[in-house]
Amino acid sequence: MTAAPSLTGTTADWVALGRRRRDGRRRTVAWGLGALLLGLFALTLMLGQSFIPPGDVLRVMLGQDVPVASFTVGTLRLPRATLSVVAGLSFGMGGAAFQTMLRNPLASPDIIGISFGASAAAVIGIVFFGLSGGAVSTFAIAAGLGVALLIYGLSFKGGGAGARLILIGIGMASMLESVIAYALQKASSWSHAEAMRWLAGSVNGATWGEILPAALALVLFGGVLLTRARDLETLRLGDDAAAALGVRVAWTRITVLVTAVGMIAFATAAAGPIAFVAFLSGPIAARITGPGRSLLIPAALTGAVLVLLADYVGQFALPSRYPVGVVTGALGAPYLVWLIARSNSGGGAS
Amino acid sequence: MTTSHSLAAEALVAGYAERAVLEGVDLAVPPGKITAIVGANACGKSTLLRAMSRLLSPREGQVVLDGKAVHRMPAKALARTLGLLPQAPIAPEGITVADLIGRGRHPHHGTFTRWSRADDTAVAAAMEATKTLDLAERAVDELSGGQRQRVWIAMALAQETDLLLLDEPTTFLDVAHQVEVLDLLVDLNASRGTTIVMVLHDLNLAARYADHLIALAAGKLHAAGPPQAVLTVETIRHVFGLDSQVIRDPVSGAPLMLPIGRHRLAAG
Repeated sequence: MTAAPSLTGTTADWVALGRRRRDGRRRTVAWGLGALLLGLFALTLMLGQSFIPPGDVLRVMLGQDVPVASFTVGTLRLPRATLSVVAGLSFGMGGAAFQTMLRNPLASPDIIGISFGASAAAVIGIVFFGLSGGAVSTFAIAAGLGVALLIYGLSFKGGGAGARLILIGIGMASMLESVIAYALQKASSWSHAEAMRWLAGSVNGATWGEILPAALALVLFGGVLLTRARDLETLRLGDDAAAALGVRVAWTRITVLVTAVGMIAFATAAAGPIAFVAFLSGPIAARITGPGRSLLIPAALTGAVLVLLADYVGQFALPSRYPVGVVTGALGAPYLVWLIARSNSGGGAS
Repeated sequence: MTTSHSLAAEALVAGYAERAVLEGVDLAVPPGKITAIVGANACGKSTLLRAMSRLLSPREGQVVLDGKAVHRMPAKALARTLGLLPQAPIAPEGITVADLIGRGRHPHHGTFTRWSRADDTAVAAAMEATKTLDLAERAVDELSGGQRQRVWIAMALAQETDLLLLDEPTTFLDVAHQVEVLDLLVDLNASRGTTIVMVLHDLNLAARYADHLIALAAGKLHAAGPPQAVLTVETIRHVFGLDSQVIRDPVSGAPLMLPIGRHRLAAG
């Protein structure tokens, strides 16, 4: 660091210099994440049981009919990779929005019961009502939003605090888990398998019909959420400090809540509750981009990278094939334990 | 920059849940001066500050800034005129001093506006005024209490408001840092003409540094005026239920309160 000069004009230049350097570093990291995502996306299209050369992949994507590649890439790999990216972006951005809003890494929708709400509704729909496809998705989305609003309503009654929302959410999560367990007990063997497949979180056999609603939700809700990025960042300073800086705290909260839950619910409807992606993406993105700016975009990119990688590992790197949710679950659980251990030892969760 | 904003509370009733903490307060903040709000614990000092900066909606009455009710002003427009440093703001983990001070520019930005020269200048001026330039690249979490409080004040300064409200800006600071923070506020008041309203625990420092004292007792305004008029044996007995002697502070000439307890009294 250079010594600080003392005339205000030159100090402003010096301040601007430091700010540009920090912003530049963060931007480089974000672009790097974007490039990594693009590279992984291309690789998963080419590599698999068989290798498809990049030229063929490109021609399939341009709509040409290529023997073998048209099926392998066009029908299997491209929808699968696209759903991975869409779900990963949605989980990553939605999770980071929650964690930022409530100033707590535990405040991710997959910890505080919102994802469980969607899962419970899906399992009940499958087991008791014999629903499938779009009906299960609609049911799951509605339940995700409903549970989110219920948790919000219960916790913000008297002025409200983030810690209360998290505790109510964790309570809600265990309640919904027992609902899921009950439904699975009662399930016939067919519906049990179907429900388990849904619960594991999988991008296997993705179809464009499933992807499209999730992608639209991502664009719509994500777009609105990004316009609130600055207010959300300011909210980190505490509700009072943010309000004093002109943030409409309650309005920002409800906008963030609805958009984040919306995109997560649609992604869950398409890919199932891919475990811990919402929970992991924000903290990982924070570690690599550093503090000071909104995490929404880096976290979204991190989420997509996580899902793509985890799905690839689940398909090819393990002795037998696992759905993506099993791999992300194995990654996320130890982190959750570490986080809770750290916050209990007086480190403070922040 | 000279300011003549009028800020006043009119028959203000405010509080939390079922309990009204303020029970009808009328007061006017003298423009361009330093005002300190004093009173016993839980008498409504912070509530008054929060209601004046519209963090808390009044149940009855209103807070009026330049003739307009603050609760009907757009949030960002208000935040460009009136700033508040709350008692316990949170520093995001790992954030650098310069970035945190930059957060003070929030009310000057819309959703899509870019960082401008005016922003850098405001941040630079705030850092110069608070002597935090040397800390610019440090993480806020690793600063000492006194340094951190200077950084928070710098953030409030970068907001460039003509009125600045501070909720106990000297808590958790040792006496040297308390004096440092209060001196800094006097500098600001003198150089920028900023109207300052602060809640202070220490009566003697309040009497020394404020031009205007407001004494609250049980949610009501008990006395308001220059320290010499407010800091009297009678006021202290009424507001704190404490006997005392008030003498002239030999250092500043302001009134100095000496509490009289049950023990340790000089004979005769």
